[in-house]
Formats: sequence, C-alpha cells, structure tokens
Amino acid sequence: MLALAVPLLLLAAAGRGRAAAAGPGRDALREELLLSPLPAGDVAATFQFRTRWDADLPRGAVSHYRLFPKALGRLVAALGVRELHLALTQGFWRTQAWGQPPLQAPAGAELWVWFQPSVTDVDKAWKELSNILSGIFCASLNFIDATNTVTPTASFKPLGLANGTDHHLLRYAVLPREVVCTENLTPWKKLLPCGSKAGLAVLLKAERLFHSSYHSQAVHIRPICRDASCLAVSWELRQTLTVVFDTFSSGQGKKDWSLFKMFSRTLTDACPLASQSKVYVDISPKNKEKELLEVTPLPTSVYEAIVQGDKRSYAVYDLLSPSLFNTSRSLNVQFKWKRPEDSSEMPIPVLHAQRYVSGYGLQTGEISTLIYNTHPYRAFPVILLETVPWYLRLYVHTLTIITKGKENKPSYIHYQPAQDRRQPHLLEMLIQLPANSVTKISIQFERALLKWTEYPPDPNHGFYVGSSVLSALVPSIIAMKDMDVEESPLFTSLFPSSDGSSYFVRLYTEPLLVNLPTPDFSMPYNVICLTCTVVAVCYGSFYNLLTRTFHVEEPSRGGLAKWLANIIRKFRGVPPL
Amino acid sequence: MSENAMGSTMVEEQFSLGERALALARDFAAHKKKAGGMPTAWLEKTMWSLGLEVHQQQFSHTLPFPDESRERYLVRGTNVYGILRAPRAASTEALVLSTGCAPGPHNNQAVGLLLALASYFRGQIYWAKDIIFLVNEHDLLGMEAWLEAYHDVNITAVRSSGPLGRAGAIQAAISLELSSDVVTSFDVAVEGLNGQLPNLDLLNLFNAFCQKNGLLCTIQGKLQRSDWDSLPAYARSLQTLLLMVLAQASGRPRGEHGLFLRYRIEAVTLRGINSFRQYKYDMSTVGKTLEGMFRKLNNLLERLHQSYFFYLLPSLSRFVSIGVYMPAFGFLILVLILRALDLWMKLNKTDPGGSDQLSDSDHGPSTTEVGETPPAPPGAPSRLLLTLCPQAPRLLALVPPVLVCHAAGLALYYLPVLGQSVATQHFPVSEAEAVVLTLIAIYVAGMALPHSTHRVLGGPGSVAAARGWMVLKLLALLYLAAQLTALALLNFSLGFLLAVTMVPAAAATAPTGPRVLLALVLVLATPAVTLLLGIFLERELVEAPAAPGEGWQRFLGALGQGLLLHHLHGAFLCPLLALGTYPCWLLLWNVLFWD
Repeated sequence: MLALAVPLLLLAAAGRGRAAAAGPGRDALREELLLSPLPAGDVAATFQFRTRWDADLPRGAVSHYRLFPKALGRLVAALGVRELHLALTQGFWRTQAWGQPPLQAPAGAELWVWFQPSVTDVDKAWKELSNILSGIFCASLNFIDATNTVTPTASFKPLGLANGTDHHLLRYAVLPREVVCTENLTPWKKLLPCGSKAGLAVLLKAERLFHSSYHSQAVHIRPICRDASCLAVSWELRQTLTVVFDTFSSGQGKKDWSLFKMFSRTLTDACPLASQSKVYVDISPKNKEKELLEVTPLPTSVYEAIVQGDKRSYAVYDLLSPSLFNTSRSLNVQFKWKRPEDSSEMPIPVLHAQRYVSGYGLQTGEISTLIYNTHPYRAFPVILLETVPWYLRLYVHTLTIITKGKENKPSYIHYQPAQDRRQPHLLEMLIQLPANSVTKISIQFERALLKWTEYPPDPNHGFYVGSSVLSALVPSIIAMKDMDVEESPLFTSLFPSSDGSSYFVRLYTEPLLVNLPTPDFSMPYNVICLTCTVVAVCYGSFYNLLTRTFHVEEPSRGGLAKWLANIIRKFRGVPPL
Repeated sequence: MSENAMGSTMVEEQFSLGERALALARDFAAHKKKAGGMPTAWLEKTMWSLGLEVHQQQFSHTLPFPDESRERYLVRGTNVYGILRAPRAASTEALVLSTGCAPGPHNNQAVGLLLALASYFRGQIYWAKDIIFLVNEHDLLGMEAWLEAYHDVNITAVRSSGPLGRAGAIQAAISLELSSDVVTSFDVAVEGLNGQLPNLDLLNLFNAFCQKNGLLCTIQGKLQRSDWDSLPAYARSLQTLLLMVLAQASGRPRGEHGLFLRYRIEAVTLRGINSFRQYKYDMSTVGKTLEGMFRKLNNLLERLHQSYFFYLLPSLSRFVSIGVYMPAFGFLILVLILRALDLWMKLNKTDPGGSDQLSDSDHGPSTTEVGETPPAPPGAPSRLLLTLCPQAPRLLALVPPVLVCHAAGLALYYLPVLGQSVATQHFPVSEAEAVVLTLIAIYVAGMALPHSTHRVLGGPGSVAAARGWMVLKLLALLYLAAQLTALALLNFSLGFLLAVTMVPAAAATAPTGPRVLLALVLVLATPAVTLLLGIFLERELVEAPAAPGEGWQRFLGALGQGLLLHHLHGAFLCPLLALGTYPCWLLLWNVLFWD
C-alpha cells in the first residue's frame, strides 16, 4: 500500500513542493531537527518526526494506512491503547552539565502506556503489548513482567486527550539493564515515512549516532484534538531521537562543530512527504553576553520563543524553502565560537537531582536522593516516583526527608510494598522544595538472599535499580505566552504547559548498581556442594538400610467387625481373635 | 590471571604524553610551593581544561592526640577530583586513580602523570566506566574523608563539606606514588587496613603489564630472583614472605589504597622507585602500563571475584593460597585444644567427689568461657544448684581473676587516651608521649595483679585451690584458641604470629615446674614483646638492622601509630590486643603465679 502511495506522492511533491496538505482524513508529517550547544560545550541534536493522522484509530474502521506505520496503528487499535510512550536510551542525561533536557529518558528501556477504559484485563493487554513491542523494536521488552511493572498514581498523566485519569489503566516499567544499539535504531527508522532515504533522517547514520555521549530514541503515540474546537480526535505519532556529541574529545579541545563533523553527512533535501521540514539551531547568548557564536550559512529566519523558562532564539533553516539550496546543493550547518570560552561557570538548572547508594557491606544499605532547587525565591512541589525491585527490602520507617536541616513532611505519599517475586516497591511522594535548597531523601534497605537459580549468569556485576522519576512544574522566570500548538516547533509542544508561569519538567536520576550477597558459583564450591549432596544421599540411605529392623506386621482386618466379634466372644467366654 | 575479561593482551598502548606529564608535574610543584599546600584552584582549573567534571571536598579532623611523627593535630584539607564521564554509560560503575598531595617535593610527578593520563583518557572513546582522578591531601586522612563522603557513611569523626559528584559503584582503584622523573622499578603494596588484601587478579594484572612493558616490579621492595630454584632464591622468597606477614599483621595500610578495601573496592598502591640501577624508564612507559591496566579494568563485566582474596606472596609471580597455609595454623591451634582436653581429663580423674557432678561443673567454664556457675539444664534447676553447692566456691575463685584481667584490658584500652590531659598536667611530657607511656605503664602494671586477686577468696593450699589453676588454665586455653581462630580468618598473619608466640607458652604454663624459666617464656610471648621483636625482625629483613635504642624508639612510635590508626580509621588491632589477647595472656600469667 505504501509502495503505491509513495510514487504518487513523489509526483505531487515534484509538482507543488508541499505534498501533504492537510485534508479531512488525511495524515501529515512534520520533521524537525534541533541543534543546541550545551553549557558544558557538547552539542545535543534532537530529531522529531511527527505524523498526525486525522482518523479515529481504535474504532477499527481504518484499514488503509498511508504515513502512519501500520504495525503501530494496528497495535493501538487491537489492544485498546490510549497512549503509548516508549523510550530506549543508552547513557545518561547529565542535567547539571547539560541543562534541562528537552526530553529526557532513563537509561535503558522505559515504557508507559495508558489503556482505553474499554480494556477489561489491563495486565493481559500490557503483557501482550510489551511482547509485541519487543518484536517490533528488537528490544528485550518481553522482560517486562509483574516484578518490574508498577501503576503510578500521580507521576504520569496522559499527555494527550483524556477524559478520565483512572490510574488503573496505566502501566509503567523500566528496564535499566537494556543496552540500546543499531538493532533498535533500524526498526525505529523503518517507521519513518521516508525511511532514512530523504529528509532529516539522512543524518541518522548508526555509526555516528553511537559515537556519542548520549543516545535516546523514543516513540510517543497519543490522541490529540483535530482542531481548536476539539470535536474530533486525531492520532499523533512522535518519533524523537536525541544524541549528544562530545565535541571536546572529537575536536581536540575545540568546540566548533558542523553537521558534517557530527553526522558525516549533510542535508540535501526535505522528505518529499513532509509538510514541514526545519532545522533549528539554538543561538541564544549564554551568560547574558554578546553573541560569541557564529552560524553559517545564513539562516532562513530567526525564531524567538520562551522555552523552559528562558528566552531563547533559534536560527531556522526551512528545507522546503527553495532559497536554501540556491547557492549550494547541500546544507551543512556550521557553528563557530568567535572566541574560546574560558569560564568554567555554567548556568545551573533550576531543578536537578542525584541519587546514590550509601553504606558498605552486603547486608544493609541506603538509597539517598538529593534534589536541588536552585530557584532564588520560588518554592515548588515535585513528585518523586521510586521503583525498587523486591530483592532490596525497604525499611519504610527509615524514610527521612530533610531540607535545610529540618524534616520535610511530604504532602502526599503512596507506598505499595513489594511482594517477593511478585511486585516491586512503589513509592510516590509529593514534596515541597523550598527556594534555594537541597532536599535529601533517604531510605534504608536490606539485601535479600535470592534462590540460587534466580541469580543471573553474572551475579557479581550487581543488580540494577531503575531511575527514579521527578515530575515538577518549575516556575518560570519569564512569563510565557500561550502558543498555538500546530504552529510552534515540535520540541516545545509535547508536554502541555498549564499556564504561563511555570513549565513542566520530568527528570530521571541515575540508575543504581547494587551488589547482593552472592554465593560462590566457582568450581570448588560446586564440587563441594555436589559431593556433599551425593555423600549425604548415599550415606543416608545406606545408614537407613543398615540400622533399620524389619518386622512382619500382622495384617489387621476388619476394625469394627473385629471389635464387635470380640465383644461377643467375651460374652461367650471364648478367647478373642 | 583468572578473570576472563582481563585475559588477552591484544591492544597496543598509545600513551605518549610523558613530557606533558613532567611539565604538568613542574607546574604543580611550582603552584604547590606558592600556595604552601594543595594548589586547589590550579588543580581545578587544569582538570576543567582537560575536560573533566571537577569537584572538591573540604574536610577537617581533630586527632585524639597529636601525631608527633607527622606533626599534626587539627587537620584541615581539601581533596580535588575530576570525573571522566564515560560516553553512553549511566554512571553506574567507576574506576579510581588517586594520588596524594604530600608536602615538600614528594609525589609531584604522580600528580603530573595523573593529569597527563586524564588528558589522554579524555580523548578515548572506549570507556565504559567513569574514571575518577583524585588528588587527596593529608594522605590517609584525606582518603578516609573522601571515601566516607563518597559512600555517605560516617565511621570516624571526619567532618567534610557538602554533597559530592558521584559516579556509581567503584570497581577498582589504583593509588600512585611517584617522586622522580624516571623510575628504575615499581613496588606494589597490597596490604590494606586490618590486613585486608585485594583480589589477586589485580596484582596479576599489574605483573602482566610490567612484563609486557619490560618494567621491573618488586613486592616488599624485593626483586624476584631469576634462578628461582636455588637456595639463595628460596631465602629471598622467605624474606619477602616474612615481610608480608609482618606488614599484614600490623594492620596498617601500606599505601593509600588500603582504605578502599573496606568498601570492597579492589585496590593497590604502585610506588615508583628510582635507585642506582643503570636502566631507567620514562613517564611514557609508566603511563602505558597504567593505561593498559585501566583498559583492562574497564573491560571488567563483573567485580573482581574470580581469583583469591586470601594469599601470601613469596614473590610477585607466586603465591601461597589459603588452602595451603590454613592447615598449618590448624595444627597450631590443635596444640591448645589437645592441652585443654588433657586438663579436662585430669580434672575428671583426680576429683575426690562424685564424678558426675564434677564433669558437670568442669563443663561449665569450658562452654561459658567466663567461668561462673554453669548454666543449669532446664527441668530441675534448684536440685542441681544444691548438688553444685560444694563446687561453687571453687568456681567462684575463678571469677576475680577473670574480671580483674578484663578490667585491666579495659583500662589499657580507655585510660591512655582519656587520661592524657591528667598525665600532661602532672608529668613533664607531651600528650603523645603521655599516651604511649601510660599505655606501657598500665600494661606492665597488669602483670602485678595475680598476687592479689585469687587470694581474696579461698586461700591457697586447699584441694580446691590446687585444682583451681587447672580450671583457669583450661578456660584460658579455650579462650585463646577461640580468639586466634577467629583472628586467623580476619587477618591470617596476625593470627599466625600470635599463635606462634603464644601457643607454646600457653601450653607450657603451670604453677608447678621451673617458674622463672616459664615466667621468662611467658613474658617473651606477650603481645608487646612480640611487637618489639617484630620491629627488629622487620628492620633485619629490609637489610637495615636497628640498634636497640632505635628499635625502642620505633616501638614507641608504633604504639602511638597503632592507637591513632584505631581512632582515625577504625583498625581493630588495638582493641583486639587490649580487650582480647592481653586479658587472655594475663589469665595465663595468673595461672603461673597461682600459688
């Protein structure tokens, strides 16, 4: 079907330039690349591909797929998925050095799904869904089971249209051990309408993408309003990919970069199926100084917006504007620092966190989370979600939350204790962070002894504890304007902002590696165990045989009858039986 | 090497920043001189410009009494460290390269090499674990402060500032000491706090890379002889082995790596030696060795666990495993057990009363170790107590010596540090001297106790009193055996040294026989004399024999250092000797002077 559609569209694209003009029941693709130099000198590249489809998927009336990938569409329809968010990440977004991420994801694989209220057995649908996604994305999502699935009550709200937020329809799981590599990237690229043949996706070359400090790819599916009146539902598929390039190590200390340096490719055209194809480069001056940087070639336009509480300006390259490719056949955005940066002063993000395991020894330990609010005068609440596997037995009475030396009582606590081999601990708290403060949350745990078959092949590597999730509405320093979602760039429009005074941030902390007491799986140990077992069994049975004395037991027949007969015999004066 | 992930040596080391290391070292030295201590600002700036994430930690610590050998009492310092974040890793695992910032010209080259390695490592893409480059001040104190802050525990009274940057669970650490521009050999120190040892694989790793780069490497300062099958070579191996036993028994970390081991981080200290040998190695070779080791450690999939944790090293490439040396120790302890068995049987045989009652009452002290009235079996407690009444005075006679001996131990442990101010008021000595002298005074005074203790209850001469020493000795023997066995599992060398000296004396002690000779043997076997003899033996083995006066000075120093090590880092040698071994020895002393 797609094969038929593509040549047709290509013809149309050649004719008009803008092919997928939105019509009723039609779908549209927008692609976008955001390049932002990070405070520490690295460069983050965020790709977003948005396919919007003006059709009602779950009704099952749809059989003709155009831009929307059929695999995902049918999955959504068949399993009653309302919202699906899957992220596969390699590495860790270092908020302190890199600033607030546009879209962070925890290390490993993360999947959270809202199901339709019509779904009766959510657990079954969840299991089925994770197995199918595992096949689609070539990831070990099939390891998602009851021991790592939780149902958060407050941290994850639907991002799209939703009538009710009954959290029983939500499932959330993280696999911190998952390693992301090209085999996950390829199926992800295949979902794009143009594949990696044209448009921005040309840059997605695996060997460069995995030569980076951070790699995160995600798929978000959600229902959105079709228009401002919101009478009909459209479905949106967002594929995002974030990479952070380490310009320091590749540029021998120089922090200049270009598209070619990072991706070893340049852009030549837009995806013919896309209705919008833009490259944004963050050129907002840092440290309130004069511009220190220079972007070539000249951008098509400059876009100014307030993103994450900060006024930013972006150089925009519209790949669909014919003027861009007039002078040269390809677009290679280059970025130069006019003078080398010399200060080690970095802007500190308003909210950041750190988590670690403290203590030593293999019996007990403590998980500590430090949450920083560096806002000079505004306090704000944050929701913390901790998921801890059952083999770390949390002592809830040791939970302490300390801010500025005083105890900080959370205004909301939801704790679901773990059950061995059944479900993990779930701890959700709403904590108020005073202005300019550090909050330390610590909870002690005991390390459980696993059964010997439950250890993985590398037990001495340690066991992972997934990232904890911080969700907060961070007060903005500058008031934000309400923007039209359809017109604004994609990187600003995934999370809904409630009002102009704050913006939504979701942060993930580091995953933890915890050592559990491990039996010695080495050969001598095994030999000793085996020998002891054999000796015990042999000795036991032999000893049993040798010391037992055998008696021939009189068969006793007819209990009640015999008793009666004996009574009669007694009366008769005859010896009993 | 047992660890698979560190197996083959296929990669070519590329480190070539030897000159840069020396230049950085000179810079560091100049700034250190200017700052009159740790050049914190310079280090931070340099590390930042190398592309590391820089953190610093301030700490302060007040010592329980002034440390005269290092001249410090109130210690304030700063640790500076940079974290190289591994790409595409979530900071769950880390490696540490550390070096101390020492006063004077010491250890500058180590800092230079550390910075050069950081600069080189930063440009590489293969790191899977974060690497922490740590420059710590005030040697062990700084290291202790850093480790405690990193693991967010507070074992000692170190106060340190604020939260730190972290990089997950530390898998291995290498501590570097280097004070010359070229080296002739490398000495590796393994013994950590309380005699803990790193996994043998880490040592093998170092050995393998020394072999690969043609670097000479030694252990305990002794080079392995090439003709290993000759008599002098065996003598050399024995010397090395004995040095290791002495070092391990002291419980003192032989390098800054020693404190890592408590947190189950495998660590060694590498010490560059510049002697009069002809062939010298430059910084690039040294750097290549370290690069190779770090790449191998980076490859680790699991913590080092494949190889031995308990071993003794007669040379760098040979080891004595726990399976070989433990039986020897077992035989030593067997002497005590057999002797105790013999005593018990004697007690049973010569008992004038009913044998059944006696076996009950004799069984008491051996199981309950304190020698009080034996626990009555449940069922008929009152009846049993009645039958035991005739025995009670005899057992009661054991209570005072046991209590007094342990009280002496407690005094030995607490009084020197608590009473230092009193001592300095009344005697013209400094605090550190006061502590050491009080220690010796209490130790010697303890030996006068037996004359007054057991005579309080039940005079000598009676039949019960004559048998009393047997019960006391039985108790002391079993107590000693239990202590030594437990000790050998924690710190084999210490257990072995104490066993070798104390077991013969303990077995021979009796109030009958040549008392002067026995007293001499027992005094020679006391832990303090063992320490003194150990110091002389150690000087002998490193081929720098000590004169008696110098030996005595070292002995006094060792006492002070031992106390400090306990109070600063939690070494268990001092409380163990004061609260366990010394009272036990006093019990034997009591046995000797029973009549």
